[in-house]
Amino acid sequence: MIRRLLFLTVLLLAAGAQSAFAQEAAEAAISAPDTAWLLVSTALVLLMTPALAFFYGGLVRSKNALNTMMMSFIALGVAGVLWALVGYSVAFSEGNAFIGGLSMAFLSGVGVEPSGSIPHLLFMAFQGTFAIITAALISGAVVERMRFGAYLVFIALWGLLVYAPVAHWVWGGGWLADLGALDFAGGAVVHVNAGAAALVAALVLGARKDFGRQALLPHNVPFVLLGAGLLWFGWFGFNGGSALAADGVAALAFVNTMLAPAATLVVWTLLDYVRTQKITAVGVATGIVVGLVAITPAAGFISPVFALILGGIAAVPSYYVLLWRARTRLDDSLDVFAAHGVGGLTGALLTGVFAQEAVNGTADGLLFGGVAQFGVQVLSVAAVFVYSGLLTFVILKGMSFVTSLRASTRDEGLGLDIVNHGEEAYTEGEGAILLLDDEVPPVLAASANGKAVSTPSLH
Amino acid sequence: MKLIKAIIRPDQLGDVLKALFQAEVHGLTVTRVRGHGGETEPVETYRGTTVKMELTDKVMLDIGVSEPFVEPTVEAILAAARTGVVGDGKIFVLPVEKVYRIRTGEEDTAAVTPVA
Repeated sequence: MIRRLLFLTVLLLAAGAQSAFAQEAAEAAISAPDTAWLLVSTALVLLMTPALAFFYGGLVRSKNALNTMMMSFIALGVAGVLWALVGYSVAFSEGNAFIGGLSMAFLSGVGVEPSGSIPHLLFMAFQGTFAIITAALISGAVVERMRFGAYLVFIALWGLLVYAPVAHWVWGGGWLADLGALDFAGGAVVHVNAGAAALVAALVLGARKDFGRQALLPHNVPFVLLGAGLLWFGWFGFNGGSALAADGVAALAFVNTMLAPAATLVVWTLLDYVRTQKITAVGVATGIVVGLVAITPAAGFISPVFALILGGIAAVPSYYVLLWRARTRLDDSLDVFAAHGVGGLTGALLTGVFAQEAVNGTADGLLFGGVAQFGVQVLSVAAVFVYSGLLTFVILKGMSFVTSLRASTRDEGLGLDIVNHGEEAYTEGEGAILLLDDEVPPVLAASANGKAVSTPSLH
Repeated sequence: MKLIKAIIRPDQLGDVLKALFQAEVHGLTVTRVRGHGGETEPVETYRGTTVKMELTDKVMLDIGVSEPFVEPTVEAILAAARTGVVGDGKIFVLPVEKVYRIRTGEEDTAAVTPVA
């Protein structure tokens, strides 16, 4: 973290922009404007997780709508708590090149003192929102079949064993930071990381029972569009806030976050139109997300014109991987790998092509003679991909020796809303008999783990 | 002629349709229904309100067939709709007095025989 802040400070000084801010940062005093912007950004990024819930929730069948949305919402609790307790320390405290220590566990020593130009606590909270959504992103690969309890254990372990160390590598002063890998807001840390985990999780869990036999269609496309819109809104905090200051770099990241997805959206709809003579709503929503993912690592490093180009290019690999995936036996149900894995890889690599020292004084990409920088980008995404994939495999396989990862075939048929949550997304209350206190069956407690009561209703 | 009414689980509908089409039964009507059978009612909780859902969602198929198709139709549904758990549904076979095909005015067996 300190490295990253120093780095940004140096960057600001070098750019000679906003010298007042730069001096404040150098003196490690809290800047009111920076703090205000980061307070807002943190709230914006937090909103992305509910937004993701709508995006994912609309894409599944109605009998699994709540379960799918809950997989995102529950991350706000599980990943949020663990981040404060241990995750933040593992990611951002002093340690070695691969992992931080436990010196800041339980937020020890994390107070209102300046960290860069914002309060240390605020930096912790801002980073926490990233940990939350990264865990939630993986859920798209396992929806409609993973047991909710197993999912909770998985994201808890994954957050500590995968997310926190990878965040340390890139942002916490780890080895990728030392190499100078460019990852403005988490193309590798968040998206390649979640994409690799999703790919492995889908393989380990296996396909849904109806996959490849029945059409598994989105039950609420307006939800998908709503989610994509709110994700875009929240992403201004994700990328704009990653400048960790209210300055020119933040403005650059903000503008790029507006332009790149716009370009992806246009190219995506063109690809859709050429292939099917129709422009689809689910396609538009997906294109927006892919564009947002792709600009994430590059947001503060490339000029707006290159952001448009990057966004446009990024549509192509994700679009075709998505089409290819649907024809395989790989049930990455909501295409987390195609959108986040491939989109993140494209973005991180193109960051190494389009980065321009002239834009913010950091480094030049391939296009401007920075061959080594491109190499570092390749190395960084490869390292994150392999580490995340391997550890995800180890975590899930390890868990599978102790507990079942999947809901039973019958529960899968009933839908996980009733089985795991004892609720329905769209119940009309027809035939619902109110149970008075003394009538509530004792098994209700047991039904919480999805076994006892629920039988054959279906949906 | 018989009218076959089958009440099945919604998530088995895809399999049942596939089996029926394989048995060359092409004319049918599908209705979403709610009903109560022998299954235990799931309990749901919404804040402080706990309810027992007495009605479960089912799908009802209405299939008018000529005599030679009665057995194949019933067998196709039996095989494809069965999960072995209470709540798989029922098949009723009813006599039919008269059938007309509206487009041609054909009657009875001719009316339920698919156009070649």
